[in-house]
This record gives sequence, structure tokens and C-alpha cells, in this order.
Amino acid sequence: MKVMAQVAMVMNLDKCIGCHTCSVTCKQAWTNRAGVEYVWFNNVETRPGQGYPRRYEDQDKWRGGWERNRRGRISLKTGGRARRLLSIFASPVQPELSDYYEPWTYDYENLTRAPLGDDFPVARPKSLITGEDMAITWSANWDDNLGGGPSAAMLDPIVEKVRRESEDKIRFDLERTFMFYLPRICEHCLNPSCMASCPSGAIYKREEDGIVLVDQDRCRGWRQCITGCPYKKIYFNHKSGKAEKCTFCYPRVEVGIPTVCAETCVGRLRYIGVFLYDADRVTEAASVENDQDLYEAQLDLMLDPHDPDVIAAARNEGIPQDWIDGAQRSPVYALAKKYKVALPLHPEYRTMPMVWYVPPLSPIVDLLAEQGHDAEDAGTLFGAIEALRIPVEYLAELFTAGDTEVVTDVLRKLAAMRSYMRGINLGKDPDDSIPASVGMTEESMYEMYRLMAIAKYDERYVIPTAHTEQAHDLEEMGCSLDFDEGPGMYESGPVGEASGRPVPMAVETFHALKQRQESDTIAAPDPQRSGQVNLLNWDGLGAPDGLFPGKGDEG
Amino acid sequence: MNVVLWGVYPYLVLVVFFGGLIWRYRYDQFGWTTRSSQLYESKLLRIASPLFHFGILVVVVGHFIGLVIPESWTDAIGVSEHMYHVMALSLGAVAGIATLAGVALLIYRRRKTGPVFMATTKNDKLMYVVLVAAIVAGLATTVVSVFDPNVTNYRETVSPWFRSLWVLQPDVDAMAAASTSFHVHVVVGLALFAIWPFTRLVHAFTAPLHYLFRPYIVYRSRDDVPGTRAARPGWDPVGTRDRDR
Repeated sequence: MKVMAQVAMVMNLDKCIGCHTCSVTCKQAWTNRAGVEYVWFNNVETRPGQGYPRRYEDQDKWRGGWERNRRGRISLKTGGRARRLLSIFASPVQPELSDYYEPWTYDYENLTRAPLGDDFPVARPKSLITGEDMAITWSANWDDNLGGGPSAAMLDPIVEKVRRESEDKIRFDLERTFMFYLPRICEHCLNPSCMASCPSGAIYKREEDGIVLVDQDRCRGWRQCITGCPYKKIYFNHKSGKAEKCTFCYPRVEVGIPTVCAETCVGRLRYIGVFLYDADRVTEAASVENDQDLYEAQLDLMLDPHDPDVIAAARNEGIPQDWIDGAQRSPVYALAKKYKVALPLHPEYRTMPMVWYVPPLSPIVDLLAEQGHDAEDAGTLFGAIEALRIPVEYLAELFTAGDTEVVTDVLRKLAAMRSYMRGINLGKDPDDSIPASVGMTEESMYEMYRLMAIAKYDERYVIPTAHTEQAHDLEEMGCSLDFDEGPGMYESGPVGEASGRPVPMAVETFHALKQRQESDTIAAPDPQRSGQVNLLNWDGLGAPDGLFPGKGDEG
Repeated sequence: MNVVLWGVYPYLVLVVFFGGLIWRYRYDQFGWTTRSSQLYESKLLRIASPLFHFGILVVVVGHFIGLVIPESWTDAIGVSEHMYHVMALSLGAVAGIATLAGVALLIYRRRKTGPVFMATTKNDKLMYVVLVAAIVAGLATTVVSVFDPNVTNYRETVSPWFRSLWVLQPDVDAMAAASTSFHVHVVVGLALFAIWPFTRLVHAFTAPLHYLFRPYIVYRSRDDVPGTRAARPGWDPVGTRDRDR
């Protein structure tokens, strides 16, 4: 047993109101740069719907993730190593920009610059790729709230599958009975297929917290990872020619604060905590024969942080005590393994995803209320979950590779919790038969209620900080003179600031913020640091002032 | 003139080539990429790119055999001159034409697809000119050697000169005796190597062959990120062993 720690997330879909705040704040924090205009590390999809990029779940087409071969081992769906190298010159199944969408801006200047005339000036949409006028036909959430109607929702690969399997016996009215939001970030998988597809070995999983990152210095733009990831959560920066992905906001998580998407979530539906898992058994778990056993196999990998053997093994592996403490208080462990209400997204891709979802009960409750039932009565709800086959089948395709029993169990637990707590809130005697009917005790049901409904900040986010004895590494400290305005600061190499040793990120951020707050114009070069341009922010067009040092102003 | 072209120029190119590669590898890891444009357009790329790349790989192998393996060796294993040249020419012509067709299609695509053209830098344009010139000149040597009986045997002129470069005794006379078509191809080819480290072609030198051997899952500890180098001998940071993990 090799115990490793993994920072993971649970999203409670019942609470998602589809406001896209997480997407917007994530974009502001990470992808508001040239080259990644079309990229959303966090996006919110309306289900049923096609998702982003369009129909990414159709693995017959995109060939993402792993599959189990006849010898009982898993291999990449696009083929083995040699086959991947042979197809490196043109990845056969890489999505094009049109599968995401063509990013655009508006010609706002025309509103003020247009000459006087009879017509109101308009701000035409301009492509951010070609600069030409364009017709907007798709975006990252074009089918938001079932926009585009049944014709768009029918293209949902899961809808197609559920329809096919129900053989159209039941009238298809899924889109009228059922709609919910699915926020998605990188899954930071235990068995990531993007990493396995990367020819350069630039994608890595951090030993300390399991966050999956792309080493921007080692990525060579072979773009196999984009095909490899079944969730299509690795993106190609078309300006820098490198792959980029969700970072789980590692600079924030390292200091114990939640990711930007979680912090700004209006519905407070995200939970972040630590899992301890057995790294030795990951491949074995990902190779189980039956797709529907993958959820159980994945759950088995998650170790009980209260088990003395696990604690001893964790200490042995050098996992710090506060991480073990964090794992014991972990909300994600509680929701996924203790109460078993959080499920992984598409376990059948065999990547062991580490962002888990509590499936939504609300659509069923809403439907019952509309029909005039007492929607929070345990009996009514239980009956409805059984009767509403289509939503359950749909959820099962998303979260359990089609095993409706698991989804039904989760929904029954959520229904029981509502019903039980409603009784208490109405001043009735607690009805212990309700928790018992879903195999829970009154105490555990109340604890689950606290975690899911009260959801205090410090219970939702239990993030042990990166370690103090490692702090000097995290600060990227090399020489104490290199800091702030120290004499070693901003020493130029032979080809400007970006050459030679990288400036510590904290220092770079500090200066960039300061500059942004104080300068009058956009991206004005700092007169005190002439000859210095942050190449990461340069879009490659033209030569900004200060790209090259002036001729006679040394010193 | 011969000394400058075949005695000095190759060494200048070598210095620029290896110096440039080392410099770029050390200072520009972030810029070291294929700069793929597949995101913009993939239909043409899917045909053109493999055509070009596989073609050029065969061409590279052909050059290696032609330049590095002495004629006496192939004679020794009983490959007659005629046999060798028929094989080399036929295979070389096929690969060369595939390469040229590939690169022509790639350039057509680059010019005609708006976003791809916009993503083309001056550096790229210069590189394409030199690259195409080298391929065309190379194909021309093949064509000329088929139709012109007076053409010299490159295995007696260019190849000995090439091998002599590496022992720092450049055989300028041998190269000078080669036909003009070889002269042109070598000059342009050397120019391609000179600009190589400074163009997007560098991606060839990080061809990911180690992918065949590495484990699928890569774990990395937080502190071995580039930028936090190991201390050099004599420059260990202050501290005691037990503070290390």
C-alpha cells in the first residue's frame, strides 16, 4: 500500500443555479490572455445538452480516455505508444476551433467613432481569431437553459444513448421534465489519460497534492493530450503553442484557500478536501472488467483516514500530520465514501476522476410540486424516483456508467434527508424510520444535513496548507537579494527579462499588480524598468515599447 | 572562394547551429514548440503534414546513408554502384516528391486559411523560403544526375568532404570538384541548418522518442520544478540535513 494525498472537489448539483460566476471568475483569473480566448477551464453546461466542446462525451468520435483490452489491461483508446507517435504529425481526432467556438469581441469603437448619420451605429461582432466580421453561431454555453430547444438537446450523446436503449417506447419528453446544470473543471484524475498520451512527459501529477499540471517549459505542442482527455479539459494555446489546463488554483490551494471557482460560487455548492488513496492499486482499479464496477473500484481506492494502518502507512510515506488531520475532516471523503452521495463523472472513461458530483434531486421535486403532490413527503419522493425512469437513467449514464441502482440509492438518501429534516423543522417528532429506510442512522443523517445544507465555509473547505518546511521551495527562493527592489532583482540576461532564471512568481505578480494599478494606459511599460516586457502577456503582434532595450540608456 | 565556401562556411554553420541549439534550449524552453495550427484547420493538415514529415524522415535517412557510409563499405558487401544509385534515386525521388508535395500543400494551406496565415511570423516565412529552396535544390540534384551523364558521383566528392569536416581536415578539393547542382544544394542546405535553431524547426530535436519507454503516469514532487536548481558544489544553502525532507 502506497498512500498518497489528493486534493479533490465535490459539487452538489442540487444547488447549482447556472449563474456561471465560477466560469467568469476562473476566466478572469486564468484565461483572459491571447491564445486562450476560447478556453474555459471551468464551464457550466446545461444538461441535457451538448456540452463544451460540442458532444465531447461521444468517445466513438473523439477517442478519449482508456479502454480495457482483451488481455484485461487498459490502453489508451487511441492506441498504443507506437501508434500515437506515428499519428503525431496530424492528430486525427483533435477538436477544431469550430467544435469549441470562434471567440469574438465587438467593435465598440464604432459606437463613438461612427460619423453622424441617419442610422444608429452598431458594434459588430469581430472574430478574435481572424479579426474579420463574423456571425455568432455557437459559444461555450450556447444551449444554456436548453436554448436551441429540443433540436440542440437531442444532440446530447447521452440523450441519444438513453433514447436508443429505451427504444422510443416511452414518449421522449426528457427536456421538459428534466434540466440541471453541470459545472466542469479538470478532474485531476488518479489515472489521467492526458498524461499518458503526452509524448514529452510534460504533464505531471504532483506527489504532494495530486494536482495535475502541464510543465509549460517541457510541453512541445504535440497536442496528443487534447485527444487523450475524454473530458476535453486540456486546451491548446494557439499563440504560445502549448497545452494549458485547469490548475486547481494551486497557488491558492497551497496557502489553504479554495480555488477561485469554489470561492466565488454563489450557490456554495463546492466542497474541497483531501483524500488519502492507495496509489499502488490505481491501475488495477481502472482495469476492472465491468464498466459499472468502476465506481465501486474507485471508491475502494479511497482509504479510511481514521484507520490506524492507513495513518501509519501515510506517515511512512512522509504525509505531514496536518494533511492526515485534513483527510479525517475532509468533506469530500464524507460525501463520497461515508455517505456515498457523491459520484464521479463518467467513471467508464477509466481515468479515476477526482471531481465528484452529488446528483440533483431538485428536478424531480419540482416536477412533483408542479403536479400538485407534497413534493417533500418521503413516500411520494421515493415513489417518484422509481417512477421517473428517464432522469435516473440519464444521471446513471453520467455518473455510474449506466448503473441506475447507485443513482437511485443516492437520490433516495437525498430525499430522505429532505423529508426527515422537514419533519424536525415543522416541530414534529423525528421519524427514525426515514433514515433507517435508506440505511442511515439519525445521527449520520443530521451530520449529512449539516454538511450539505448548512455548509459552513470551514466545513466546505478543509485544505491543509503546503508545508512550512517546504516553504523555501514554494517561494522559489534562490538568493535573498533577488527580492522586491533588492539589488539582484530584475537582473537582465543577454536577451531580456525572460531569459535566464525565472523571476519568482510572487515577485512577478506583485509587480504586475502594482503596475496595473498605477499605470494610466493598458500595459504601459514601466519607465523604471525600460527594456522589460513580460513576454507571457505579449500576443506576438508587433514589438511593444521596451521589447528591446534602447540604444544608449544602459544602467 | 572554394576555401570560403567549403572550408569556412560549414564551420560557421556548425558553430551557429550547435551554439544556437544550446542557447535556445537553455534560454527559451517556453518558445520551444511545434506551434501547431491544427486548431485552426485540420482537413488539409491531416494529409499534408504526414506527407511532408514522413517524406522528410526518409530523406534524412537517405542523406545519412549517402553521406556517412563510404562507397568502399557498400562495395565490400557487394552492392554495385549502379544498384546503389538506382535504389537511392528511386527511393529518394519518391520521398523527395512526397516532401515537396507536402510542403507545397502546407504552404498553400498557410496562405489560404485566414487564421493560419495570420499566425505566420516573418521568421516562419524566411524558414519556408530556405526550406523549400533546400528541398527543390535537392530534388534538382537528383533530376540532373539522371539526365546529365557528366555529373560527378557525389559519393566520391560530397561525401568524402562531408566526412572530412568532422575530423577538422576539410577536403575542399573534393567538394570543389562536385557539380554545380551539388554546390547549390549544399549551400542552401547549410543555410537551413544555420537558421534551424532560431525557427520553429527546433521541435525536430525534441522528437519524443522517450515516450516509448517512459511510464504512463508521471509523478513529480513540488520542489523539482525548473527554476529551483540544485545547489552547485560549494554553494549549498545554509541549513542542516534534518531540515531537508
